[in-house]
Amino acid sequence: MSVPRFWREIPQRYNLIGNKCEICSKVYFPPRESCPVCRRKSIGHIKDLKLSGKGEVFTYSIIHVSSGEFEEQVPYPIAIIKLDEGPMITAQIVDCDPDCVKIGMRVESTFRQIQQDGYTGALYYGYKFKKV
Amino acid sequence: MRDVAVIGVGLTKFGEIWDRSFRQLIVEAGSKAILDAGIEGKDIDAMYVGSMSSGRFIGQEHVGALVADASGFYNLHIPSTRVEGACASGGLAVRQGYLSVASGVNDIVVIGGIEKMNDVAGTSATETLATAADQEWEAFFGATFPGLYAFIATRHMHEYGTTKEQLAQVAVKNHANGALNPYAQYQKEIKLEHAINATMVAYPLGLLDCSPVTDGSAAVVLCSAERAKEFTDTPVKIIGAGQASDSLALHGRRDITTLDATVHAAQMAYKQAKVTSKDIQLAEVHDCFTIAEICAIEDLGFVKKGDGGKAIDNNITTRDGSQPVNTSGGLKAKGHPVGATGVAQIIEIVLQLQGRAEKRQIPDARIGLAHNVGGSGATCTVHIMEGM
Amino acid sequence: METLGIVSYGADIPRLRITAHEIASVWGKDGATISKGLGIIEKSVPSIDQDTATISVESARAALRRCHINPQDIGAIYVGSESHPYAVKPTGTIVGEAIGATPDLMVADYEFACKAGTAAIQTCMGFVKANMIKYGLAIGADTSQAAPGDALEYSASAGGAAYIIGKKNVIASLNHTYSFTTDTPDFWRRAERKYPSHGGRFTGAPAYFKHVTTCATTLMKKAGTSPEDYDYAVFHQPNGKFPVSVAYKLGFSKEQITQGLIVPYIGNTYSGASMVGLASVLDVAKPGDKIMVTSYGSGAGSDGFDITVTDHIEQLERSNAPSIKQMVDDKQYISYGVYAKLTDLLYWE
Repeated sequence: MSVPRFWREIPQRYNLIGNKCEICSKVYFPPRESCPVCRRKSIGHIKDLKLSGKGEVFTYSIIHVSSGEFEEQVPYPIAIIKLDEGPMITAQIVDCDPDCVKIGMRVESTFRQIQQDGYTGALYYGYKFKKV
Repeated sequence: MRDVAVIGVGLTKFGEIWDRSFRQLIVEAGSKAILDAGIEGKDIDAMYVGSMSSGRFIGQEHVGALVADASGFYNLHIPSTRVEGACASGGLAVRQGYLSVASGVNDIVVIGGIEKMNDVAGTSATETLATAADQEWEAFFGATFPGLYAFIATRHMHEYGTTKEQLAQVAVKNHANGALNPYAQYQKEIKLEHAINATMVAYPLGLLDCSPVTDGSAAVVLCSAERAKEFTDTPVKIIGAGQASDSLALHGRRDITTLDATVHAAQMAYKQAKVTSKDIQLAEVHDCFTIAEICAIEDLGFVKKGDGGKAIDNNITTRDGSQPVNTSGGLKAKGHPVGATGVAQIIEIVLQLQGRAEKRQIPDARIGLAHNVGGSGATCTVHIMEGM
Repeated sequence: METLGIVSYGADIPRLRITAHEIASVWGKDGATISKGLGIIEKSVPSIDQDTATISVESARAALRRCHINPQDIGAIYVGSESHPYAVKPTGTIVGEAIGATPDLMVADYEFACKAGTAAIQTCMGFVKANMIKYGLAIGADTSQAAPGDALEYSASAGGAAYIIGKKNVIASLNHTYSFTTDTPDFWRRAERKYPSHGGRFTGAPAYFKHVTTCATTLMKKAGTSPEDYDYAVFHQPNGKFPVSVAYKLGFSKEQITQGLIVPYIGNTYSGASMVGLASVLDVAKPGDKIMVTSYGSGAGSDGFDITVTDHIEQLERSNAPSIKQMVDDKQYISYGVYAKLTDLLYWE
């Protein structure tokens, strides 16, 4: 990932800034340009919302074969988490044995390094989740 | 709209093809298809090339023109278009060719699908396949492509009680079919306990739940149905061609265990073909992972949602079952050169409907279906075919 | 009357641990002897995705969870560390963005060996006292490095703490601060070198002991206090021995220093060390408690603080973030092999 691509999404990656359609109240993460339910009516009525970072594991996997960036971390658990505000999000689960992850487990976000652009490039931070 | 038929097919051997290049592979498949159809270069109105990621696998974009050039048709100036939809690139290329003939713009088109995946290291192939996922919100956070299907599998197990053994049965069945296919990457049967206990890739999916990294190419020639018999006695008509999209990221879906793109593409194809799922006598479905075949047969309507895991025990999808699935060996055993897969699926159905499937032949096959998925289900094509 | 002091605090200690015994076994040493000699049982190790920036952010967020201030009212962030993830590019901006304090604020990274964090507290005190900012955020955090086989390998660990300094709803007033500074090269890391070097026994008497003793003595003179006036005392803790011996030398008792002595269980968190010690004291402190903190940074200097806990500590929602004890107890042991992987010892081109 290039620096500008990462930098643009710092609000989402650091602080889970999603958005909410004021018409139907549906919450989106990552934020959407317009609400796919209300469509054109939502333009101008979809507002940023900082998500709590709390939720539960909806489904999960334990990655044993990763892409190069994550090779030193295998095996690592990763999950789709249903956030309390509604949106689903994909993130690593840290600070626990891979085997401890279960569907329905309560988790909260934590701030971690996600990737490094090699040994000389930028460091990319963002959310991971841990058991509450 | 007019009817369209397949009049020729061509396939390379699938596998680790070290001594053949991208261009050699597609020229081989294309030439076989053209010879099979009995046409010449001057008969071709257009070409479509399905390739997922030539840019990352061989560092070459602009492969529409490259294929026209390599096949010797550059001096005929035949329009050649590359089509991309991740692992559904082949199915999309077929559908684009189909639409161009159905619309009356073209009479005869050649569609090639290709991927040359082994020219890069394994990790690089994993990363390239992950570009079919949402780079910003899935892959960036460590999700791999097998990981996404593992998410589906974990949830399917949770909701419907699907077991690891049922996943393994899919691999065993497809390897048994692949053992009869001379073009397959793995022409070897595997044992259930080996499939269950294989090295873990992304829990709950082991190595034998995953399709391999494959080089290979496939090509078909489409022609308007009214002219098809000029070229072959056994044309196969495309009676339904559906396509649908869904959220790029798996976590954006209505239901993690249902590929809505499959459901919608299938509905579109069934409606056009005026058939139901019951009428489908055999199918090639997108089993990039064993769980994908289980979801596919549910989403195509062969079995009830949640019953996909039981299809083999219930003798539905086996070669002697009520609706045989992946007689070619599927992506699992035949191999999965991503851009070629959707085209190769069409070829297996054509061969079956023409009675040319040799040891894999399903007797009296008349209507078959090919189901091709891109990514974790953001793109899907469904083609229904009938012998003429 | 407005009081200048600590408004909230938070800390972060990675949960991986390696025992002194495990390290010693790799280098053919006797773990029990080393552990006893250094007063260190085990040390914290950063996971592959933890560094000074993540520890700083988690500490700052913990501090914010305990109080009710608007991050936009934070006018300055100073992060003290000798292991900033970038040599050039601030850690403080990452923290500022991650806690929602940007963009109207001052930010800089500090380095003064193990006392950069307390130097950050002093800076924030000055700005708050001068009414230039409403709140200042001072952080000390490190993922300290030690050369394989070096004596420091048993102690160099990871962790940090963050302090919000202000005048409103102060939980502990910062009554006096004093620094004692000389140019004493007892420990250093040259630019572009991965591991620090040190002067062996020279780090003792002329360095740690001289600076900590002089600083603490002068601070008490300025504050008009003596050791028995304090409920708690926290001294920089590069190992388990130095802070105990300096405390006894100054006339403090074991009871006064035990609560703030964390190094036996997590090792030396460098810029975080005295700040984590203070956090452990604040975890249990009651209104009226008096605390003395004396940090030490090689090179060399000591920052001393005379602190009084206020009634307002009862209002601080301390349980909104884990206590130091909880973090010390929440741990997972790793082998030296895993430690080597996590600390980049196994890196090759």
